Amino acid sequence: MNIEIKSGRIVDPVNGIDKVQSLYVAEGKIVALGAAPEGFVADKTLDAAGCVVAPGFIDLCAYLREPGYEYKGTIASETYAAAKGGYTAVCCPPETLPVNDSGAVTNLILDLANRAGNAKVYPIGALTKGLKGQQLSEVYALKRAGCVGVGNSGRPVASLSVLKRCCEYARTQEMTIFIRPEDVSLASDGCVHEGPVATRLGLSGIPVLAETVAVSQLILLAEETGAQIHMSQLTAAKSVELVASAKQRGVTITADVSAQHLLLTDVSVSGFDSRFHCLPPFRTESDRKALIEGVKSGVIDAVCSLHQPHEAAAKQAPFAESEPGISSIETVLPLLLGLERDAVFSMDTLIRALSVGAAKVLGVNGGHLSVGESADICIFDPAARWVVNEETIKSLGKSSPWLGEELQGHVKTTIIDGRIVYA
Amino acid sequence: MAEPKDPSRLQLNDQGRLRHFLTLDGLDKATLTEILDTADSFIEVGARSIKKVPLLRGKTVVNLFFEASTRTRSTFELAAKRLSADVLNLNISTSATSKGESLSDTLQNLEAMASDMFVVRHSQSGAPHFIAESVTPNVSIINAGDGRHAHPTQAMLDMLTIRQHKGQFEGLKVAIVGDILHSRVARSQIRALNTLGVAEVRVIAPNTLLPVDIESLGANVFSTMQEGLDSVDVIIMLRLQKERMEGALLPSEHEFYELYGLTTEKLKYAKPDAIVMHPGPINRGVEIESAVADGPQSVILNQVTNGIAVRMAVMSMAMSGQTAAISAATSE
Repeated sequence: MNIEIKSGRIVDPVNGIDKVQSLYVAEGKIVALGAAPEGFVADKTLDAAGCVVAPGFIDLCAYLREPGYEYKGTIASETYAAAKGGYTAVCCPPETLPVNDSGAVTNLILDLANRAGNAKVYPIGALTKGLKGQQLSEVYALKRAGCVGVGNSGRPVASLSVLKRCCEYARTQEMTIFIRPEDVSLASDGCVHEGPVATRLGLSGIPVLAETVAVSQLILLAEETGAQIHMSQLTAAKSVELVASAKQRGVTITADVSAQHLLLTDVSVSGFDSRFHCLPPFRTESDRKALIEGVKSGVIDAVCSLHQPHEAAAKQAPFAESEPGISSIETVLPLLLGLERDAVFSMDTLIRALSVGAAKVLGVNGGHLSVGESADICIFDPAARWVVNEETIKSLGKSSPWLGEELQGHVKTTIIDGRIVYA
Repeated sequence: MAEPKDPSRLQLNDQGRLRHFLTLDGLDKATLTEILDTADSFIEVGARSIKKVPLLRGKTVVNLFFEASTRTRSTFELAAKRLSADVLNLNISTSATSKGESLSDTLQNLEAMASDMFVVRHSQSGAPHFIAESVTPNVSIINAGDGRHAHPTQAMLDMLTIRQHKGQFEGLKVAIVGDILHSRVARSQIRALNTLGVAEVRVIAPNTLLPVDIESLGANVFSTMQEGLDSVDVIIMLRLQKERMEGALLPSEHEFYELYGLTTEKLKYAKPDAIVMHPGPINRGVEIESAVADGPQSVILNQVTNGIAVRMAVMSMAMSGQTAAISAATSE
């Protein structure tokens, strides 16, 4: 199908474009920007006046829950939610049932994703068998089946010695290791940031040290083994500092932060509200500001959704006993647009953090609107308002801190390989 | 921007009166003083031959204890009975609620029995808040201790004891000694003392038993008894659990006693008329020397007596606040 996207504000950080013009799609690829190619006849014209036309967003961490946790979400439901959020590709962690530690599970995920057809799915395979942190999983088999990296999904690895071997083997197979830096013994049974709010509420805190110790170890491991390590969901100012200095030295590391960590602090948990129960925890205002600066400077490569859909019962418990996580993939764009309106982020930074940054981390093509490349496109109206509620959230998980609130910025159309998957 | 819920508002009705009693956070001096005055008026009930007033007649109070505590449960039971309520005692192990029968299901069943008040003790901080948000408007929740968060009735009975012995709060220096980190009592005491206007709240403990930023709650930190007890009017000792030795928080009970146990010698650092308190049960020879616990400055048994009066006060005020809220809702 030939599509003409008419008169939108095309923003493409890779090609340095920020201009109101039209874009033309034929046979799944972008064929022209500005003037229509000779002989182009549109089967469909999308009026994008007042809208931003951006590369489709790529998410580094969205829990799709299938196989095994279909009562929380399915690949079909969560990729549709992703499409509604403007995403054309999502990475899913290996924390499934069974764990994605074999080619068979990877194949199942990719098969279900292809059948749903709502988003490109890039599975992250398990770094260790069963995510138990003891034995290496078959990293090569996972790669062959289609995994773009390996990780331990927030679960601990038994020892630094095991982690070092994981780094060495992953490097041999040229697979990036995705890891959320956290020293388990320091994090202990914590459920919130260790600070005055945790003290007042009597909740067990997770000290910043639990993250920074792990970040330091990972930097040294990457340096020593040459492994490509991606640090998922940084939360602390000190971590940004450590990553910045390591990158300057040329260490092969990348990092991301979740959108909600750019917006919320530990103060949000002061009402024991389980909607704000998230791991890693929200930290202080100065940490939040440092994370924002990290995104602006490029020290943090990408902003992810950390989408974690849950069934309603998972959140209906005293704070520490409720399951952590937010159904977030549909609210990332409007939340970041809020920062753009407040002049915290430029539109270029916002699009870069949501698309090309993640593509680079994954080593996949995408995140730009180059002629001749796949037409993975997100068209959004930055002024449109919508109310976040159980009807408007398409994910099966309905728990969001923004439930009942009106947000500004709404995806109008998502296109994957020239096919409209959400409108 | 997503706004967090205000935990203190949850426990007040539209007229700003108590309808639950979950925490001392957000309660003003007038409300705390009203609790103390009401408790004062109930003390003489315990001295009567017929120890009953009809304030909760026809009401059903359920003692919902997810964590065992015979003493606290008994005082709540006695308080409810002295208010003429019918009392049901339920000890529910948290494993029962985690094995498929969710906490919400348990609560719905209890609500279906037309209960009017739940007295809740739970090992998880915030559990009474969760329950208060889950139940119908016809049920009041009284927090009988949640995790490390709050034990507001214990703090208020301590305040009543202090007022009885010192007359007022202004100008007092109060030291809380021991395991502040794990103590819900200490958190509530610090809040209550500051709201009621004491001159200074001190906490005395090694760093391993102090929560981070405890100063933000309004307490000055001391690491030695000599400095911390210097010219204080009130000493509140906290209970030390034996498992603190296992998690590398303390080397031994012996060393703790040597450094932080309240002995006759260390008591001399405080003002000569300083009172000694302890929420009980006491570990003699660990937190406190027997001679001090049973000595003339100890008011530990007064605390126990005051516990019933304070719980009667809180229960009657919350029930009155609940009735007002229901009447307002019905008349709309």
